[in-house]
Amino acid sequence: MKLNVFAAAAASIQTSHLISLAPADILIIVIYFAVVLGIGVYLKRYANTANDFFMAGREMSAWVAGLSFLSANLGALELMGWAAATYQYGILAAHFYWIAAFPALPLMGLVMMPFYYVSKTHSVPGYLHLRFGEATRALGGISFAVMTILMSGINMYAMAIVMKVVLGWNIHFSIWVSSLTVAAYVTLGGLYSAIFNEVLQFFLIWVGVLTVPVLGLIEAGGWSGLVLKIHQRLQSDEYVHLWSTLGTFSGNPMGVNWAGMLLGLGGVIAFGYWGTDFLVIQRAMAAKDLRSARLAPIIAAYFKMMVPVIVILPGLLALAVLPYKLVPEGDAGHGLHSYNEVLPLMLARYCGPGLLGLGITALIAGFMSGMAGNVSAFATVWTYDIYRPYLAKPASDAHYVLVGRWCTILGVILSIGAAYFVTQFKSIMDYMQALVSFFIAPLCATVLIGMLWRRATPKGGFYGLLAGTVGSVAMFTLVRVNHAYLAVIALSPNAKDMAENLYRAIWSWLICAVVTVAVSLVTTPKPIAELKNLVYGQIEFPAEASMPLYKRPIFWACGVGVFFAILQWKFW
Amino acid sequence: MQKQGHMLPVWFFIGLLLAAYGAIILTVAVVDFHHPADVVLAQYHPDLFGGMILLALGGGYTYWFWPGRRTK
Repeated sequence: MKLNVFAAAAASIQTSHLISLAPADILIIVIYFAVVLGIGVYLKRYANTANDFFMAGREMSAWVAGLSFLSANLGALELMGWAAATYQYGILAAHFYWIAAFPALPLMGLVMMPFYYVSKTHSVPGYLHLRFGEATRALGGISFAVMTILMSGINMYAMAIVMKVVLGWNIHFSIWVSSLTVAAYVTLGGLYSAIFNEVLQFFLIWVGVLTVPVLGLIEAGGWSGLVLKIHQRLQSDEYVHLWSTLGTFSGNPMGVNWAGMLLGLGGVIAFGYWGTDFLVIQRAMAAKDLRSARLAPIIAAYFKMMVPVIVILPGLLALAVLPYKLVPEGDAGHGLHSYNEVLPLMLARYCGPGLLGLGITALIAGFMSGMAGNVSAFATVWTYDIYRPYLAKPASDAHYVLVGRWCTILGVILSIGAAYFVTQFKSIMDYMQALVSFFIAPLCATVLIGMLWRRATPKGGFYGLLAGTVGSVAMFTLVRVNHAYLAVIALSPNAKDMAENLYRAIWSWLICAVVTVAVSLVTTPKPIAELKNLVYGQIEFPAEASMPLYKRPIFWACGVGVFFAILQWKFW
Repeated sequence: MQKQGHMLPVWFFIGLLLAAYGAIILTVAVVDFHHPADVVLAQYHPDLFGGMILLALGGGYTYWFWPGRRTK
């Protein structure tokens, strides 16, 4: 979805900032910075081999790997963006937490994770290299490196803008203080630092924001009171139904239909993101054994499905209790607040000194973890998939650790550059979601076919990925040039912008899959001996028959399904 | 990792941080008890309850994962 935090901030700069911090709030924020730096200094002694620096020693427990797996995705930009989307579209935004979690996360853990883990690759581009060869690795590695730096920079700039709007902080102060802190603790402790701080961020986000839904429901009169108030204010039931309004594009505020939601979001985007974005997969790869690696995404699924309590519910409560209407980004300013300010506004509504500082710290922690995650993933991909194969001769383990540390600093510097670049070209934020989807959907097809179909060839993998990416960019460009093409891509004249993202993902996945299969059928596959542990039929899944039921990943994966089903039924 | 000594678990750091935050929030809540902040539902003293919960949770984690008490 589009998140125009910047346009909102620029427009509302003329108003005073939303929140004033008390000394206790400042103390809470300062303590956070001190702790994350302290953790980085402490962990440096453990991050002296490449395996430690880039893969956290591959010794994380399932819980740590799982929580950091989720937190890497749960940045403040997402929290604020989806709370804003809920204010705009109602509970439909919860799909981006529920159907985005199931079935993709459990299947990723059960089916895809063994290939990544057992092949002992260091990254997703590394898997592409083993499965499809250098060309595919280069395409995947370079596009991932560019994407993560851009995302890190956008995250950094978004934080600076939010802190300016919410707290009145200078943009440059926010950018430099946060980026130097991230640079310090990731350079020192590598992936250990990034993971520790992501788990910390997970707890902070919950304790920082939980006041809002708790007090909000008290004020609104519980869930039924909330639904009644929304109905009274908006004269509509569309904002509190998850599936019943998805029969047609025009039947819901988001302008999507059930097929786009189910196949586009639940299928392609969810599988593509959870199954191929190295930022999150790196956390599962850092698990101590295969069972923990498979459990990590499954644990993440449970908590992913709980996140609507602190993201979607505040958006719905804002619809019910705020005494004023929020407006689109372009209309904000002169006393009007934009959708994107909904979460800080709700924090300011209920939180006094202390709790407010905790809430703001949770947002800062979310932004910084987003930067740290992107930078640590960038350092790994750059070192193993660009520097080692193309730029340097074989070297010692200590050399790669040094390269990794310098890459981290380079990544932060490039991110700062990207952040300032965004200040000049603010519209790039409009394209943030598209940037991710250009690569994720086709990469999903490439990786899935590679894992499940032995006949897929190196040329098939490369040309399929290229075709899918080019196709996604082409469809995006077509709609920008002539908005009428949205109706073609989404197969309906009533489709809105969100539908474009979902259907473009479906089409680019299909383009990639068709080209991969077609080219594979006329080119030579790799010998079977080179596919060990890389494709179905050539990997031995661990036997679980001797394990007690509660220890088996599939048991907990089924539980995710039950949890998902209950939520869909309850909020139908 | 073992050759560097046992790594403190992340839960220990979480416990320390939450306990510190709980102490700060609880202190503010007690000091301002008769003059609560100008926020909605301030009469419920959410900072008092929030501070106590954080202190208990953080203290529990810190105790449970204190170095030497547990290895993981």
